[in-house]
Amino acid sequence: MSEDWPLFEVFIRSRAGLEHKHVGSLHAADARMAIEHARDVYTRRQEGVSIWVVRSVDIRASDPEEAEALFEPARDKVYRHPTFYAIPEEVKNL
Amino acid sequence: MSAALPVAGEAAQPAAQARYVLRLADTALVLGQRLSAWIGHAPALEEDLGLANLSLDLIGQARLLLTYAGELEGRGRDEDALAFLRDAPEFANLTLAEQPNGDFGQTIVRQWLIDTWQLQIYQGLSASRDTRLAAIAAKALKETRYHYRFSSGWLVRLGDGTDESHARVQRALDELWRFTTELFTPDELDERMSAAGIAPALAQLAPGWSARIDQDLATATLRRPAAQPYPWHGKCGVHSEHLGHLLGEMQHLQRTYPAAQW
Repeated sequence: MSEDWPLFEVFIRSRAGLEHKHVGSLHAADARMAIEHARDVYTRRQEGVSIWVVRSVDIRASDPEEAEALFEPARDKVYRHPTFYAIPEEVKNL
Repeated sequence: MSAALPVAGEAAQPAAQARYVLRLADTALVLGQRLSAWIGHAPALEEDLGLANLSLDLIGQARLLLTYAGELEGRGRDEDALAFLRDAPEFANLTLAEQPNGDFGQTIVRQWLIDTWQLQIYQGLSASRDTRLAAIAAKALKETRYHYRFSSGWLVRLGDGTDESHARVQRALDELWRFTTELFTPDELDERMSAAGIAPALAQLAPGWSARIDQDLATATLRRPAAQPYPWHGKCGVHSEHLGHLLGEMQHLQRTYPAAQW
């Protein structure tokens, strides 16, 4: 039966204030069922306080072939990292 | 039991209360055992986990209730002794709970009927004068709300699904409906417990249950079967032929190797 059901990607928020993280995927007939399945499959050990599901086919991914064009140009631009500021001694925990 | 000079009738109260708690416990235990038989056989891996979760919730409820019943009874029986060393006539579960799994549709109909019943019962019990029972019911109610979400969702999917799935759940409903009379037909013990403020009065819960049933059946495009006069008496220990087989499997290990541990 599950081969007939579309695939959903599951995102779980582990605690209030944190972001939802991708935890895996599962089959379900629709979004409601996907949330129930996600609850049963991925939150059995109190892993989460919130669930997002999205149809896998609705996710668009970058093309690995284009990785060079997409990500290489950032490599020699170290000045984009905020590491060139002098931090006053009084500022802790930055 | 050390209370000074109980008034007439009160002395027998713990024993009666133990019998009442056993009804709740056994319904949860027997249904949990039934559901566990789906493990490895459900229509999809995700449903397999879902049914296993329901089963574990119910067995967890049964453990709390059996332990409490054992204490009320005061005969030194713990949860294991009560679960594994009683015979069918001593079990006080609803007759509906012991009915076979059948196909997935029949399991869903049975689950939905008991979930809707437990929603009413646990809601009522969470206001019990018995604070221990009220606490167990409040915990169980949260679990039951999810069970109901699961079973009512499937009832609608199957009922309002294909011709085949509709026909199967309607057949299951027609088959199991005769066991629902027992759910809200009070006997002497039920009335005694509600008079003492320990349990809700079944007659007051029935309309809420009935309304929910009608609403779900309408959404699922299913037909409510005609009322059956014979109430069945599982909660008094008079069971259908299925309980003995279920207990045979569930109790086999403890009966063969008493006090075995692993």
